[in-house]
Formats: sequence, C-alpha cells, structure tokens
Amino acid sequence: MGQKEVQQGTLALMVLKTLESMGTLHGYGIARRIEQISGDLLSVNYGTLYPALLKLEQEGYIASEWGVSENNRRAKYYRLTRAGKKQVERETRNWQETTEILARFLAPEASR
Amino acid sequence: MKTLRALFSRIAGLFDRERRDAELQDELQTVLQMHIDDNLRSGLSTEEARRQALIKLGGIDRVSEAYREQRGIPILETIAQDIRFALRGMRKNPGFTAVALLTLTLGIGANTALFSVVNGVLLNPLPYPNPEQLVILFGKTKQFEHASVSYPNYLDWEKQSHSFSSMAPFRGENFNVTGQDEPERLQGYMISSSFFSTLGVSPILGRTISPQEDMAGGSPAALISEGLWKRRFGASPGVLGRTMVLNGTGYAIVGVIPASFRLYSGDNPEVYVPIGEWTDPTFRDRSVGMGMGVVARLKPNVTLEQARADVENVARNLAAAYPQADTGLSIGVLRLKGDMVGEIEGTLLVLFAAVGFVLLIACTNVANLLLARSTGRSREFAVRSALGASHLRLIRQVLTESALLGVIGGALGLVLAAQGTKFVLAAVPQALPRAQEINIDSHVLVFTLGASLLAGVLFGLVPALRLWHTNLQQTLKEGGRGTAGTRQRTQNAFVIGEMAIALVLLVGAGLMIRSLALLWGVNPGFNPHNLLTFSVTTPPSAMKSPAQTRVAMRQLHDAVRNTPGVQAASLTGGALPMDGDSEVPFWLEGQPKPANTSEMNWALFYIAEADYQKAMGFPLLSGRFISENDTETSPPVIVIDEYLAHKYFPNENPIGKHLNIGLLDLQPEIVGVVGHVKHWGLDRDSQKKVQAQVYVPLNQIPDRFWPLLNRGAYLMLRSSVDPLTLLPALRASVAKVNHEHVIYNVRTFDQIISDSLAERRFSMILLGLFAALALVLSSIGIYGVISYLVGQRVPEIGTRIALGAQRKDVLQLILGRGILLAAAGVILGSLLALILTRQMRSMIYGVSTTDPLTFAGVALLLMLVATAACYIPARRAMRVDPMSALRHE
Repeated sequence: MGQKEVQQGTLALMVLKTLESMGTLHGYGIARRIEQISGDLLSVNYGTLYPALLKLEQEGYIASEWGVSENNRRAKYYRLTRAGKKQVERETRNWQETTEILARFLAPEASR
Repeated sequence: MKTLRALFSRIAGLFDRERRDAELQDELQTVLQMHIDDNLRSGLSTEEARRQALIKLGGIDRVSEAYREQRGIPILETIAQDIRFALRGMRKNPGFTAVALLTLTLGIGANTALFSVVNGVLLNPLPYPNPEQLVILFGKTKQFEHASVSYPNYLDWEKQSHSFSSMAPFRGENFNVTGQDEPERLQGYMISSSFFSTLGVSPILGRTISPQEDMAGGSPAALISEGLWKRRFGASPGVLGRTMVLNGTGYAIVGVIPASFRLYSGDNPEVYVPIGEWTDPTFRDRSVGMGMGVVARLKPNVTLEQARADVENVARNLAAAYPQADTGLSIGVLRLKGDMVGEIEGTLLVLFAAVGFVLLIACTNVANLLLARSTGRSREFAVRSALGASHLRLIRQVLTESALLGVIGGALGLVLAAQGTKFVLAAVPQALPRAQEINIDSHVLVFTLGASLLAGVLFGLVPALRLWHTNLQQTLKEGGRGTAGTRQRTQNAFVIGEMAIALVLLVGAGLMIRSLALLWGVNPGFNPHNLLTFSVTTPPSAMKSPAQTRVAMRQLHDAVRNTPGVQAASLTGGALPMDGDSEVPFWLEGQPKPANTSEMNWALFYIAEADYQKAMGFPLLSGRFISENDTETSPPVIVIDEYLAHKYFPNENPIGKHLNIGLLDLQPEIVGVVGHVKHWGLDRDSQKKVQAQVYVPLNQIPDRFWPLLNRGAYLMLRSSVDPLTLLPALRASVAKVNHEHVIYNVRTFDQIISDSLAERRFSMILLGLFAALALVLSSIGIYGVISYLVGQRVPEIGTRIALGAQRKDVLQLILGRGILLAAAGVILGSLLALILTRQMRSMIYGVSTTDPLTFAGVALLLMLVATAACYIPARRAMRVDPMSALRHE
C-alpha cells in the first residue's frame, strides 16, 4: 500500500501536537488528522492509537469526555490538559534535538 | 508524580472492568461508523464502505486486547488468573480442600487465639501515657517478699527519693453507701491527690482530689467511676458538688473517672476518697502495713537500676532513723506492667510454643497432602510445561495455590480464634491478668496474615521444590508416575516429625493433667464443701461506739446462726483462708521483745468465734478451741496451729504457754492446737515463709481495732445443704435485724479453691486442647501416608496374595510399616520432650518433668492411636483382590 506504520515513540507526540492545533477531537478525527498531515504516508493502527490515548490519559496529559459528533454520533472527545501543553513543548524540544543529532550522523562526511 | 498517577489509574483499571470494556466497544463502534460515513461520502457502495472500514480498524478484538493491557497491570492479572485457576482446582477436589482447610483453620485459629492473648497480656503497653515510666514500690523483709507499705514510710519515700517525678499511694477499701437510695456496697480506693496525675488519667468530668483534701481534717471529697455515675446519677453533669454518704460520712463528689480506668484487672473501684484524711492510729503506725500499695512515675531517662539504688539509699536512712519499725526493710521497685502480669509470662510462652508446634504439624499434614496431589498432577505439569509454561510460571502457580489455601485457612482461623478466645476466657475468667484487654486488634490481624502466608509458603515449598528438580519431559515419558521413591522418603520423614511433636505436646498436657489431679487430691486442711463466706454491710447508725458494734455483730451472728439449714456460723476477720492474708508479729513468753519488726516471728492471724472450727471443719489436736466463755472480760486466750506448735515448741506442750502479740497489746494463753490450714493455696502453701497460724477470739479484740474490724468482717458458715440455696433465707434473716444490712461478696470455698487453681487449669485446658489437636492431626498424617503406600503397592500386594501370601501377612506388612514410623516418632519425641518439658517446671506440681508414668502413658496412647489409624488402610490392603489388581497392571 506504500503506507508506513507509525514509529514507536512518535505517536504520543503526534497525538499531543494534533490536539494542540485542533483543540478537542475524537479518536477517529485524531487518526485521520495524523494520516492527512503525513500526506497519507502514515497509517494509524487503532490497536496502537487507543492504548496510546489511554496511556496519555493515565499520565494526565489529555482528558476525555463523551460528546456528540457533527453527524450526531456519540463519541469520546479528547483535549489537551495544562500538563499536556507543557509536555508538548518539552517533547518537541527533545525531538528537535534528537533529529538534529541524528541528522549530523546521517549527513555526508564532508560537512563534518 | 506522573508514574504514581499512572499507577493509581492502572490499579483503578483493575476494577469496574465491565463498564470500561463496554465504553471501549462504544467508542470503537463510533470510529467504525465515522469511517463508514467518510467512505460513503467518497462514493463507495455501502458494502464496500463497511468492508474497508473494518479492514482499517484491524479487528476489534485485537484493539480491545491491546487496550486492556495498557489499562490494568499484567502481572496482577496473571496472579488473578492463577488464583482463579487455584480456586477451580479447589472446587474440583472438595475432599482434599476440606481436609486441608480444616487442618489449617485449626492450626492458624489456635495460633491466632493464643497470640491475641499474648498480645493483650504481654505485648500491648498499659493504657497510660509513657507507660514504661510507671513502677510499683513495695516493702521487702525477711518474711515478706512483697509487703504493703505503711503510710508514714510512704511519706518519707516520697520526700527522700530523687528518681521519681511523682508517687502515689492507693489502698482498696469497701464503702457502704447509705442515704436516699437503696443501701449499696461499693468497691473503692483510698488514694492520694497525686494518684491520677501520676498515672496520667484525667477525669471526664470535674477534677481530681486536691492536696488540701488529701490531709487530716481536709474537707471530704470523693471521685466516682463513670459506671457509678451512669447507674446512680443518670450521667447527670449536675453530680458535681452533690453529697454521697460513704461509711457514714458525707463526701462531696468532685469528679468522674473514665470507665476504662482499672489499675489491676480484678478490681472494679467505683469510688475514690483521699487517703490522707484517714487518721486511724494503726494506719498511721510506721510498723504496720495496711494493704497499701504505691505507684510511681520514673523521671524521664531514669532507669530502673538507678531508681533501685536511689530507694536503697532511702531505706538505709529510714532504718537508721526508725530502727524499731524499719530495720531490715528494703524497698522493691518493679515495672507496673511486670507487677500486673506477674508469673504468667512463662506459662504463656510455653503455651505459645505448644501452639506453634500444632501449626507445624498442620503445615506438615497439608504439605503431605499437596505432595500426594502433586505426584498425581505431575502429568498435568509436564503437559503445561511442554506447551510452553516456564518452570517459574508453574512454581508460581503451585505457590499461589498453597498461599491461597493458607489465606483462606487463616480467615477461617480468625473466626475460630475470635470465638475460641471468648470461650476459653469465659471458662477460666480468673486465670489471666489484663483479660479485658484481650481482643483481635491490628497486631493480631497482621500476625494471622503473616502466619497464614508463612504456613502457605512452608507447605507449598515442598511440592514446588520437587517441581523444580523434576525433569518434566522425563515424567511425560514415564506416564506420570513420577519420582515415587524420594517422595516416600520425604513423607516418612514428615510423619516421624509429626509423631514426635505430637508426643512432646502430649507429654506437656499429661504433666499438667497429673499436676492438677494431684492438686485436687491435696487436703486443704479444712473441709471446703458446703462452706460459705460472705460479708454484710453494717449500718453506720449501729457502729457509733465499739460497744454498739459488739452488740450489732452479736445480733448479726445469731440471725445467721438461727437460719434453718445453717449448722455452724462464725464472724471472722483478719486472714481468710486462700483469699486474703493478714499477719501479726509475735514473740514467745520468757524471751526478750525483738528490737525491730523484722526480727519478730510472724503468724497468719484469724479472728474467730466459738463455731469457727466447726464451720471450717479442721481438727482440734489438743486442748480446746475458742469458746463462748472467752469474752472481753475473761483472761485472753489464743489457739495455734500444729505448724506453730512444732516450730516454736518442738519439745514441749504449748498448752498453757503464752504468746506476746504486741500489736494487739495482748499476752494470751495458748489453750489449744488445731490442724494447719493450707492458707496460701493447695500448690504454694509450703513455699511461703509465713505459715504459722493463730486464732484470736473476736470478743477479745481490743476496742480500738473495732472500727477496722467493722470494715473488714465477714461470716463463715457451714450448712447441711448447698449453701448457695440458703441465700434468700439468709438475706431475710439479716434484713430482719436491720434493713440496712446487705449481704455481698458471697463465695463458696469450693469456688475459692477452684479459682486458686485457675491459672493451672487454664494451662491444662489449653495444653490438653493442643495435644488433642496434635494427636488427631498426626493420626490423619500417618493414615494418609499408609493409605498412599497401600494405593501404590496394590499390584505388588495382589501379586503376593496370588503367590500364596496369607491375608494376615499382608496386614502385618502394612501395619508393621505404620508402627515402625510411629515408634520412630515416639523415640524422637521422647528425646525432644526430655529437653523441652524443663521449661514447664514452674507450671507443674508434684510430678517431675521427666515423670516416667506420663512419658510411658502418652507414648502408649500415641502408638495405639497411630496403629488404629494405620489399621484402616491395612485392612483395605488385606482385602485386595489379586485378580483385579493384576489385571489393572
């Protein structure tokens, strides 16, 4: 299919980032949004997404409540908590550092 | 913080599983629907939209499973799984489960019950602030190891010692309450103003006694107990300032003491009056102890040794200052708790060891059962191992099963213990100090849980270890027969151990039973049957002067004597056999008066009337007893017991000689010698230093002692029928003399003797129970092993019979095996018992700890029971049908 599964450890940040930009969203919406942003390069597996949502909720970064969707369907809506907002900043910084470091390793010899 | 929060949330996730599952299903359904909606919008057919959505979702079950794993704690869930599995296994084997649980319930229950006693009596601190600082002070002389303190000495102890932050005297006293309500007799204390502050007890209402009230001529103030406050004053706060007439004097009530307060467990004081206001000359005599005790609080960081050195110094100074009264008097210091608990500690520890042995037998039994079962299950384990279960996982399963058995057994044991403790304490209420403090508290719960888990792991470990060593694949090849050889050895060792421990317990119980049998056979020196004692309140109106008191007592005596059914009656005072002691110092005619009190000879002192000897039923050995003609105007006389006669008049006739009783200002002539009464109890009488006994006529007691006598007199009567049936008639008789006479403190001497043996009876009952339990459990153990042996050897036995062995031979073969095991246990147990029963030396009476009769008796009993237990499977072996046994092979 040409799509890749989400890499271990990155899904949580994607979820947080999605909620940061979109506000309140249901599980399906989160999955679709991640896929869209990735330009449909990623495929979100619900068997990974739901445990990840639960874990974030257990850690207090997101909160959920039942609501009604635009099509009148009962759905659980997730939103970022204050701790979650801080966690987004922290994780974003971490991830940027990591990618920069990794980029140096992957860059051609000459640039060193 | 984050991890903690997640952990809580996960723990919460263990519960309420169904609702959470339903929510997840709901949510996944929504996702599915949204997906389908989107697919429809992008132009797919209904069917295709649904199909693609389902593919995308990737199987709802898998998602749910992943979700669940994140929700709970996986290891807890496998443990839960193990527990469910174990429970299923227990249900499938109801026989095994019932026997194992019953065994554990008995074992853990007995341990919990005894631990709750040890905890309540020995371990728990006394219910006062900083209880370790509280001590008891008392006098020690050549004759008395624990003498009461005289009031002048107490005042000097308090002044001259430096180790105590405060000190307080107390003295038990009975009070007649008269006035508006029914006359009543109350137990109470005379105390100093410092008494409650020393202990750290505050009144729930009002205040305690003030120092101004605690002195001669102070205004009479009294404290009452919460119980009396509720009973007599309806718990009214207006009680303060009201007047209560105690022994004819009006006291203002100034405070209420909480119901929980009780210095010694046998006491139930309901009123407290200041001791300092009591000016009786005998009480203020430095050389006389009037039953007063002293409690004190050590200063912080002062040790018992420092306090002892301090008071030793005080005692030396006092002996120098008051040689006549205080020479030879030293001061003892004991922790209050030690004083309350007394000698019971050794007994309780022996009992605790015994009950620990019972649990050991119980565990061994269950281990044996599990072992038998694990051999049967070795195939199951082999299969599970082949299917990928790790050794560790299987061992965890086995240990979970046994721990579960332990915990369920423990829970049932707790129920048994709660009931059993109540039952035993009710059966022998006088046996234990602090008995009212015994209950199931958090310590006991922790102990039970610990004992249960330990027991579970102990007996579970054996089969688990076996599992560890077994090559399961090998087992599978052998068809699940397992390693029967080593198992047999372990089982045999278990049975021998059980038998040995059972023998030790049986010897202990046997020694106690022999002791009590011997004690019951001891002649107390008088006839306790149909002998009754009681006290009568004497109305203050009749007690204005000694002459009036004499008349009133005379009337009281006649009223009791003339009640139908009464054969003999005597007013008495001073010492009461086997109950209260009272001693007088004396010296012999023609000898100089000893220089000080501790150089005097001492005798137990009984005040008696003419019928006293007839009532008590002790023999007159020579001369005469006190008669009606010994009055206050006739020459003073005294009757002595044979002990005094032998000790002080070894080669002469004491009749006609005189004794000097300095305290009473009397020099009476000895007119008779009577038999010795075992005053100190059937068991300890001969160990006491003061054994000589004197009987002084009531009428000849000098006037100045009558106020004291009036407080402490009682009646002794012999009847032709059960004396308790006479009570209504007696009450009517004394009420006829004066309606303010109330009979109280009624006891038969059968009861008094039985109470004096309560502690021993308590030990005997418990040791007997434990030994019986051990006997039953170890019999079940040997029965189980022999049964198993027979089961294993059915084919062999069949072959033997087929080859011509006699049934008798088979019986002998099997029985012989059982008897061999039992005999090994008996020998091992006898050796153990020889060592261990030494700890019981203080508990037994009249037998040696190595009493051959007891040892032989219980060994025989154990052999007989073991043989009987083996006989059942042996008979089954005898009846093996050779044909079917061989076909089976």
